[in-house]
Amino acid sequence: MITTLEARNIRVKLGRKEVLHGVDLTANSGKVTAIVGPNGSGKTTLLRAMTGEVPHQGEVSINGADVAQLQPWQLAAVRAVQPQSSSIAFPFTVLEIVRLGLSAGLSAADSSVPLKALATVGLAGFAGRMYLDLSGGEQQRVQLARVITQVWEPIVEETPRWLILDEPVASLDIGHQFTVMDLTRSYAARGGGVVAVMHDLNLTAMFADQVVLMEAGKVAKTGAPAEVLTDEALARTYGCAVPVNTTPPLGIPFLLPQARRDMTPHSG
Amino acid sequence: MSSLSTNITGADPTAEPAPVEDRRIRARRLTLVLIVLLLVVSGLSLTTGASGASLWNALSDLVAGRELSTMDRVVLLDIRLPRLCMGILVGASLAVSGAVMQGLFRNPLADPGIVGVSAGAGLAAITAIVIGGMLPLAVQQFLGSWIVPVAAFFGGWGSTLLLYRVSTRGGHTSVATMLLAGIALGALAGAASGVLVYYSDDNQLRALTFWGMGSLAGATWTKVLAALPIIALALAAAPFLARGLNGMALGEAAAGHIGIAVQRVKNTSILAVAGATGAAVAVSGGIGFIGIVVPHLLRLATGPDHHSLLPNAALLGAALLLAADMIARVIVAPAELPIGIITAILGAPVFLWILLKRRGDLGL
Repeated sequence: MITTLEARNIRVKLGRKEVLHGVDLTANSGKVTAIVGPNGSGKTTLLRAMTGEVPHQGEVSINGADVAQLQPWQLAAVRAVQPQSSSIAFPFTVLEIVRLGLSAGLSAADSSVPLKALATVGLAGFAGRMYLDLSGGEQQRVQLARVITQVWEPIVEETPRWLILDEPVASLDIGHQFTVMDLTRSYAARGGGVVAVMHDLNLTAMFADQVVLMEAGKVAKTGAPAEVLTDEALARTYGCAVPVNTTPPLGIPFLLPQARRDMTPHSG
Repeated sequence: MSSLSTNITGADPTAEPAPVEDRRIRARRLTLVLIVLLLVVSGLSLTTGASGASLWNALSDLVAGRELSTMDRVVLLDIRLPRLCMGILVGASLAVSGAVMQGLFRNPLADPGIVGVSAGAGLAAITAIVIGGMLPLAVQQFLGSWIVPVAAFFGGWGSTLLLYRVSTRGGHTSVATMLLAGIALGALAGAASGVLVYYSDDNQLRALTFWGMGSLAGATWTKVLAALPIIALALAAAPFLARGLNGMALGEAAAGHIGIAVQRVKNTSILAVAGATGAAVAVSGGIGFIGIVVPHLLRLATGPDHHSLLPNAALLGAALLLAADMIARVIVAPAELPIGIITAILGAPVFLWILLKRRGDLGL
């Protein structure tokens, strides 16, 4: 059985300009795949093409099935998508939002999942709060709880399910960044698939199994973090010096961006 | 790494969470209260009016096995009862249309009366009255009393569709565009209606003036039966929309990702709004603000979950319209105020209040 999420030759035009020039991506279940790259390199557009939010050429398949042939509820049963930001139209409570994930997938039966999901994103006790009263980071974690609720069991009937996340840690503090990244790791460890657009290269190096480095609408490099996140590759794609070191004892890459030599501290 | 972050957040996924007050239970209790309220208001509505006919006399006559007096029979069975039925149908339609439309447009200010859907339905109804007389007799007889509600349905459908196309881009509806497009649509329909009024004869004119204000005064069994099938269909569709409209609150894309057939929800919503609004406008003219006030009050009380919002809106809408109708009948008795005036006095301040309170997050 095929247990991958695949994109083949994805091309996207926004207006007349082509912003993705035939991108290929293969994500394996049981792994965390991170899509990284500078602003405007096409990370989010790639994710949106893969989730069917923007019109595109090329094929996307999930566990071997062409997503274009699947009905919304069939897709919802195998993959959940977290948007970059979410405004809500009406005064729903946190629990009511998270429950929206319940009715989607196959986990519909277990009504205890939303509260467990809230606890895993560090929001135990928030169930009765009004969503619109929360901070941006809290709202983001509520949305993540909703998304996890939808595909709570990583494997159903020997088929992996998928978490697709657009910058899941964008507005989170460092503690909650770790909570969320831990969660993606454990989801993958239990057999599910995770594809995430990431900004933070250090978190990517720590938590991703596979890194897809985008540059100007193409894949510049793909592979394990240590293979992709190199001095030369980063200097070229990001246009600045980002020396890569490794942390003992596991040899995980970490990056320490350097100020340019000609920059002097302000005086007075 | 894993243990480190667990320590930082202090979140223990295995901890039993504290019980949360469930608004679904409160909403179910409210449904029972609203059913009782509707029954009480209905009873009052049958006993209220300019004539001396009395429900109690009629009931005691019935219980004692006596014949009803002619006056009681005419006033109760041929005037007040059809008026009661029409009030329930129209009130429920207006409130549910408002709630569905607000869910579809993702904002609490969408209301068929305000954004020109009622005006579009009214225009089609007027057209049917003026042009209807020119149709071949066989066609007229075939359509019978349904010609006006059916025309109003198509008018409402066309204007809702147009409005949605104009104000929605990339799955997001602009509130400002929606309200402004609604003004344009309303003005256009008003102008076209004016032209038709100009060409109509005296009899038609009498039938038309009534659209200006809205009233239940013309209620007859014929009208009730003409509106009933369309309204029943539209209201029957509402429960199937609840999950979809809840999902739409996340935005169209996110709704699709949780497995909702977004296009189908949109099409069904537009048809339901057109049916309920069209049929209501066809038999009672333009009665405003019920569609704004009722869903807003219910969201304050039990939250925006459409599973309870839609049925409760039907009940409260019916009760509120019957109450407004009683006020309209009593306040200047033996004459009668158009009910649209009462609902506007109640509703316009609520509309302004929502606008002021939500100015920030609506981007206005």
